[in-house]
Amino acid sequence: MSKVISPTLKLEEPSTPFVPGPPGTHITIRGLTKYFAGWPLYENFNLDIPKHKIVSVFGPNGCGKSTLINMIAGLTPIDAGQILFDGKSLAETKIGYVFQNYRDAMFPWLRTIDNIAYPLKLEGKSKAEIAHRVEQLVASFDVKFDLKRYPYELSGGQQQTASIMRALAPGPEVLFLDEPFSALDFEMTLFIREKLQEVFMQTGTTMVLVSHDLEEAVYLADEILLLTKRPTEVAEILHYDDVRPRTVATLSQPRFIEVKKHSMEIFQREVRRPATALPPD
Amino acid sequence: MAETLSATVVHADANASADTDLNTGSGIRPTSMPRTVTPIRPSPWQRAFRKLLPMLGPLALFIVWDLVVRAGWIKAILLPPPSATLITLVNGLAGGPLLMDFLVTVARTLEAFLIAAVVGVPLGVLLGSNERAYRSVEFLIDFFRSTPSSALIPLFLLIFGVSDINKVAIAAFGALLIVLFNSAYGVLNARKQRVMAAKVMGASRWQIFKDVLLWESLQPTFVGLRSAVSMALVIVIVAEMFIGSESGLGHKIIDAQQVLNVREMYAAILAAGALGYALNVVFIVIEKRIVHWSGR
Repeated sequence: MSKVISPTLKLEEPSTPFVPGPPGTHITIRGLTKYFAGWPLYENFNLDIPKHKIVSVFGPNGCGKSTLINMIAGLTPIDAGQILFDGKSLAETKIGYVFQNYRDAMFPWLRTIDNIAYPLKLEGKSKAEIAHRVEQLVASFDVKFDLKRYPYELSGGQQQTASIMRALAPGPEVLFLDEPFSALDFEMTLFIREKLQEVFMQTGTTMVLVSHDLEEAVYLADEILLLTKRPTEVAEILHYDDVRPRTVATLSQPRFIEVKKHSMEIFQREVRRPATALPPD
Repeated sequence: MAETLSATVVHADANASADTDLNTGSGIRPTSMPRTVTPIRPSPWQRAFRKLLPMLGPLALFIVWDLVVRAGWIKAILLPPPSATLITLVNGLAGGPLLMDFLVTVARTLEAFLIAAVVGVPLGVLLGSNERAYRSVEFLIDFFRSTPSSALIPLFLLIFGVSDINKVAIAAFGALLIVLFNSAYGVLNARKQRVMAAKVMGASRWQIFKDVLLWESLQPTFVGLRSAVSMALVIVIVAEMFIGSESGLGHKIIDAQQVLNVREMYAAILAAGALGYALNVVFIVIEKRIVHWSGR
């Protein structure tokens, strides 16, 4: 009986073995490929997104910043590759997403408070649990407007605040924000920016923020992910580790100015670089 | 930065020669002119006039109508004076024989409409939520939606005979396709981002359907229901005229015409118009109540 009775496992050898990210990595993206109309947007794209950090995504127009987070969040299907959250699949991971266009992201048939409670209802939470969680959110966001109103009765900033509260309600591991401020006026942008920073300091939720405003991208970020033109690759990842809370004074700190300047240089270098693959016009 | 700005303002102030020249000087500075805010408020007369504006058209019509009859441009046997017509209408509807016909038409229209709604909305929503299913019947729906329902009256006569059911059936058929089409498109054209929002929150396909798609389809569904009730009325009136009928506004109109009782005829026409208008208004009110977010 020298034979071991066990079926011979035939493991399919992956063409490229999985390379884990450095310690503290939250999201690993390996071999991500996405084509649009036959043209590569991402080809064999690899990225590690760190845990408990805010990552700002910045890059030239059309490089697929939003597409990147949509693919990670499972809203845009990918052609090939693997995206894992702490080694788990997306289905096993709780995520939150804040859309740029809050108007089309909220459900106008529900009162604002029910919009915020909706993801909790999906989780099958009890009424008491939901009420408790919503109260927590109201307190931490210092909400001054009437949540019993319908979303369309609120100002843009109030709607976006509510949609961030909705995204945070279930306590997501990762919060994705797709240009969350670009439809807001300056006053509201400042307010929500501070709220986001507060929430981040309280919870340490990993955040991935797409922004078209470099100052804002740097101001909030621990890491600034700069992308190239398509086919998109990582141009550079800059670390920015000023203390939080960051304030208006942060904007004139030498370190902030330096990082912003450096980002700008890389951005301009990438914008001027001739495109290797152009989409068919 | 702030220092330079304020310096500029001071400089501009020094240069300013008068309160009114705002654009001289090298910087922008606030105007020191007293700002008097006078809201533009319409006088009571203007407001009353604005409220009466919608009445102007009908009033003009009645005046022209009256003048034409008085001047004898159109024979009285073809066009009765408006006052006589209105009196006939009011008397008829206030317990006269016209009321009976009016109610019968209302009942038939609502029956047809109810059938169309009860069958059409669920079927439309179902088809809309399965794009492949909808595409496979899209041509049929579009074809029969484009076919004038009145063209099918003889066919329905063959199937149902000269009966009350026939009138309701043909009207229900015409209305059904409109409801079906609008509900299906409401689901098909649901805002993608709301579906995505639900999906990212972990909603299942069924939850997306009942929490998002169904609600998104409500507004187009109401548009469909409103057009459907108008269509049902049109078909019912036509059917009452041409499918041997003993009652209804359509019957009344053609009956009065046959014996040249023009007052009754015009009164019945106005009653049909009022019915169509009222149904439309009722549906708009219900729609605003239920689809409160529409257009916002």
